[in-house]
Amino acid sequence: MAVEVKVIKKPGRTLAEQAYVPEIAKGLGFAMGRFFKNTFGPQAKKEIDTVKYPEEKVEYPERFRGIHRLTQRTDGSPRCVACLCCSTACPAQCIHIEPAEYEPDDPRYGYERYPSVFVIDELRCIFCGYCVEACPCDAIRMDTGMHMPPSTSRDHFIYDKETLLSIPGRDGTYLTANPRHEPGDDTHPGVDRDRGH
Amino acid sequence: MTTTFLVTSSLVKVLVILLITVGGFAPIIIWAERRQSAMIQDRLGPSRAAIVLPASAVTFIDRARLPMWRLAALTGIVAIVALVTLTFVAIKGSNPLPISTSSLTASLIAFGVASVVLRAGYAVHSMIVRNGGKIMLIGLLHPVADALKFIFKEDFVPPKGDKLLFSAGPIIALIPAIAAFAVIPFASSLHWDYLDQVLPRTGEIAGLVVPLQVASLNVGILFIFAIASTGIIGAAISGYASDNKFSLLGGIRAASQMVSYEVVLGLTLVPAFMVYASLRLEDMTMWQHDHVWGIFVPPLTLAAVTFLVAAIAETKRVPFDLPEGESELVGGYLTEYSGMKFGMFFMGEFVEVVSLAAIASVIFFGGWDVPFLYRDGFEFALPFVAGSYSVPLVHWLVVAIQFVAFLLKVIALIWFQLMIRWSLPRFRYDQLMSLCWKGMLPLSLLNILVVGALILSGWLDGWVAFFEKLF
Repeated sequence: MAVEVKVIKKPGRTLAEQAYVPEIAKGLGFAMGRFFKNTFGPQAKKEIDTVKYPEEKVEYPERFRGIHRLTQRTDGSPRCVACLCCSTACPAQCIHIEPAEYEPDDPRYGYERYPSVFVIDELRCIFCGYCVEACPCDAIRMDTGMHMPPSTSRDHFIYDKETLLSIPGRDGTYLTANPRHEPGDDTHPGVDRDRGH
Repeated sequence: MTTTFLVTSSLVKVLVILLITVGGFAPIIIWAERRQSAMIQDRLGPSRAAIVLPASAVTFIDRARLPMWRLAALTGIVAIVALVTLTFVAIKGSNPLPISTSSLTASLIAFGVASVVLRAGYAVHSMIVRNGGKIMLIGLLHPVADALKFIFKEDFVPPKGDKLLFSAGPIIALIPAIAAFAVIPFASSLHWDYLDQVLPRTGEIAGLVVPLQVASLNVGILFIFAIASTGIIGAAISGYASDNKFSLLGGIRAASQMVSYEVVLGLTLVPAFMVYASLRLEDMTMWQHDHVWGIFVPPLTLAAVTFLVAAIAETKRVPFDLPEGESELVGGYLTEYSGMKFGMFFMGEFVEVVSLAAIASVIFFGGWDVPFLYRDGFEFALPFVAGSYSVPLVHWLVVAIQFVAFLLKVIALIWFQLMIRWSLPRFRYDQLMSLCWKGMLPLSLLNILVVGALILSGWLDGWVAFFEKLF
């Protein structure tokens, strides 16, 4: 069987390219066009990518994972039920939660717990977003659109529950779009103390 | 009296040249080169160096802004009212108002200028407030910051290097670049006694004449060649004295490259001497003023192109920056230099760019010559059409226009050189040498031959006469 050989012509240079001068003119023309467009051209046509950082800031993309926040219920308490899913999922082990029981006269008593201590060490955090994925209650979110405010002290990066609750989402709200059905509400999907089985 | 006057005027001229080159052009080119390259590459470039004002000053500026704007508006309205009244008076032909016409004109000028100045002040103050109290001046403070950094940096001398030669290198590289300006005429002669009069267009004028040129040497351009070849020593010495193989290689490369291109540089200008029949730069400008710019005489066009190429090679800048060749030689003969010594090399390079632009503009682009501007003012005339429109100008104004024209030509040529620097890739060393010895040297020799033939056959005079008729 004969082997078919496809002969590809070696790319050569034309006389104009070999003469160098027309190519110089072309290159100079290109660079000059670019220069004039970006220096004296109309604002809309400029293609300058530089951002003068402290004065101008780039909007982060919509799904940017910023610093965490703890979402609130309508009464201002954290939605977190202290299930420890996030701290378990966390590969950096930067979340520390101490769960606590509600008082016996609280309607939520016996259904869920709440975090008495919820601390995130933001310097350890690797911003992977696993905690957000793991949370069954939509209680921890990274939709703040903020990066860490710089500080000279490590203590300033240990965010406690109050701090995390006080950070709003990018849309300015402390709640989430997902409605929460409290035990005792008519919309509560599960079994509860009053309705029985 | 004349001696003191000549000495003083020479000193003033030297000072002006130093201010223009070292004080003005060199820092601005350093800024422009980086800024321009950035603009080509869709970046902003250096624009962050700032003088930070204290918060109290910012508050004051912020408070002063609004009154300033109001004052600008008020004075602007007054100026407009004055303008309208003046127009009314001009249309009517007489002035029935209680205010005299001259005071109206004076108030128009005064209030107009005040309005513009206040408006500009408002804009500047707004910009300062917007930037949070930082005065940035589109990055022009970067050369200042660089100079400060250079001065306060450690002045390192290689322990086994030659200390004297190491320190002499940058000086020898910088001084010739500035010295080349000595013979460059930056405007036509100044007739000191008739500054505020309109001079006759032709003829000798008695009285004190100040040539606007530091030294009127009859070797003129040869002086520039002599001075420029001194620069080789600076590069070679600093390469040798650095006690570093890369530096030595860079120095050798610089020396061989500059020696080679020196030959071409001289030969490319020989046609220009032949056409202008003089070595004096002021005579060359005068010839171009009387006849036509050198660039429009065909053989000199070729000479101009080859001269520019050879001169860029002579300044050792891209695409001929093999002596520095950072990919092969670290930094060439600059490797061991730091602080202000490096700054002097840097400065020397940029002053060379300026002097090259000045020489090219004098020899090929008419120097201080402005089309339609004569010693008695402008006279505009169309080719092949009878009649002309002339604007007589006083002598000092003519000289000022010529000076500005010369500066503009120099700026344009500098800009072109920077453009080349950012557009072309570096040559290989053998390409550099073959371009010189096999390409440009025969070409310039041939050009000399052609110019000689054209002059002898009278064709060149015919061309020049034709061109003169055109303008």
